[in-house]
Amino acid sequence: MTLMTSTRQNEPSAMPLPNDERPKKIEIEGLRKSFGKIEVLKGISLEACQGDVVAILGASGSGKSTLLRCLNFLETPDAGTLSICGERITMPASAKGRMIQVDRQTLIRIRTRAAMVFQSFNLWSHMTVLENVIEAPIQVQRRPRAVCVAEAEAVLARVGLAEKRHTYPAMLSGGQQQRVAIARALAMRPEVLLFDEPTSALDPELVGEVLTVMRSLADEGRTMLVVTHEMGFARHVSSRTVFLHQGLVEEEGPSADVFANPKSERFRQFIRRIEV
Amino acid sequence: MDFRFLGETFMTLLAALPLTLYLALVSSICGALGALVLALMRLSSARPLSLIARAYVFVFRGTPLLIQLFLIYYGLGQFRPSLQMLGLWPFFRDPIYCTIAALAMNTAAYGSEIVRGGLAAVPRGAVEAAIACGMSPGLRFRRVVLPLATRIALPAYGNELIVMVKATSLASTITIMEVTGIAGKLIAETYRTMEIFACAAAIYLLINFVLTRLVLTLEWWMSPDRTTRRVLEQIGETKVKVTA
Repeated sequence: MTLMTSTRQNEPSAMPLPNDERPKKIEIEGLRKSFGKIEVLKGISLEACQGDVVAILGASGSGKSTLLRCLNFLETPDAGTLSICGERITMPASAKGRMIQVDRQTLIRIRTRAAMVFQSFNLWSHMTVLENVIEAPIQVQRRPRAVCVAEAEAVLARVGLAEKRHTYPAMLSGGQQQRVAIARALAMRPEVLLFDEPTSALDPELVGEVLTVMRSLADEGRTMLVVTHEMGFARHVSSRTVFLHQGLVEEEGPSADVFANPKSERFRQFIRRIEV
Repeated sequence: MDFRFLGETFMTLLAALPLTLYLALVSSICGALGALVLALMRLSSARPLSLIARAYVFVFRGTPLLIQLFLIYYGLGQFRPSLQMLGLWPFFRDPIYCTIAALAMNTAAYGSEIVRGGLAAVPRGAVEAAIACGMSPGLRFRRVVLPLATRIALPAYGNELIVMVKATSLASTITIMEVTGIAGKLIAETYRTMEIFACAAAIYLLINFVLTRLVLTLEWWMSPDRTTRRVLEQIGETKVKVTA
């Protein structure tokens, strides 16, 4: 793990990780999604192996959040084949086809294995920090309460909020709330973490604490898909970067390569605009 | 001022308090359940269900409670043979059941709009987080939607409960001897309208004083966020002044 970390952070371009030997956690092929007449995703293909940290970039409206939300079926894709943590689902080919009914047990497996962290935290305001974290493990995964509480306290300590376990979300800062949301995701023992613009709703001075936690998760070798506007994170922490433009993958590759010599003119412009 | 008479009257009326409370409590509980069912029907994507709920609310909110009460108690009496055949006659023969039915159906209509507002105001993000971690619709409703909606709807629902307490006085028109019924009987005997109705009014005021406290306490207890609690405490203080 530590070896991978130093590789990723210090000399990422020198040694790209061998993709083929690690199990594939996420494989998407030809993913399509429309809202009404607007086609947001026009056939996206994407892969993430165990330990990959994939940064998904793109201008607003490029479909990056929709892509992430399709991965745990918050949005039902119209077409494409998704293979998520070992669950393979093929959606009907017609873009206007009726939504197929993915069966409940499969959905639960996908959603607990690929845990989501939202832009606006979405904590349950009527529960304490600890109750937020143990809710899904107890109610959905049906694990024994004592085990869940012990694990929850461990993950809360992991994000630096052990002492806040009995407070309510409304009393926490945005950065703390987002760290609780990360702890809530970790408590399900997920195989993949999905981050949907995790720092976009935060005051600038609170972004750092969340990024630090995310960086440490990346260092642990966790598989993460991160929709973000944080170029620093994409450039220095993520192992691979995907740039979406108008519902298609415009640029994709190891982060170091992609940032060092972008092939696509649009991506070059995007970097220039963001990094000024 | 005849204080001895006032005191006696007060004690006499107080004897009817349990019946008033019984009517208010049972009809409020039945009405709240009805309100929840109606609100869910109204928000359901099944069009017939939502239409039925809308029609129900339109009718019961748009007609006077007194007339609803008369229709149930006196009106349904015309259909005694059919009701007897259905085995429903013992229910509709009893003025207490008829009052509870009228009050509950009426408050269900008003309450459903309040509950609907509460359900609609549950933050979308909280629900999405519940979906995203694999909660089934039932679990989601029980663990996330209902607790949050209750907190949002409670202040407005408190009003509905107060209205319900006062509405029980209509039961006196169909021979029930609750507080207002007894007051009417005493007036018929003594012609001292002012004192007796003033005593009756004081009793309703007392009930509602306790009721508002209870609702506020419940609100305070349910709101984890301290700032909300502080605001509620302040509201509590001003309300004490107003009531006193």
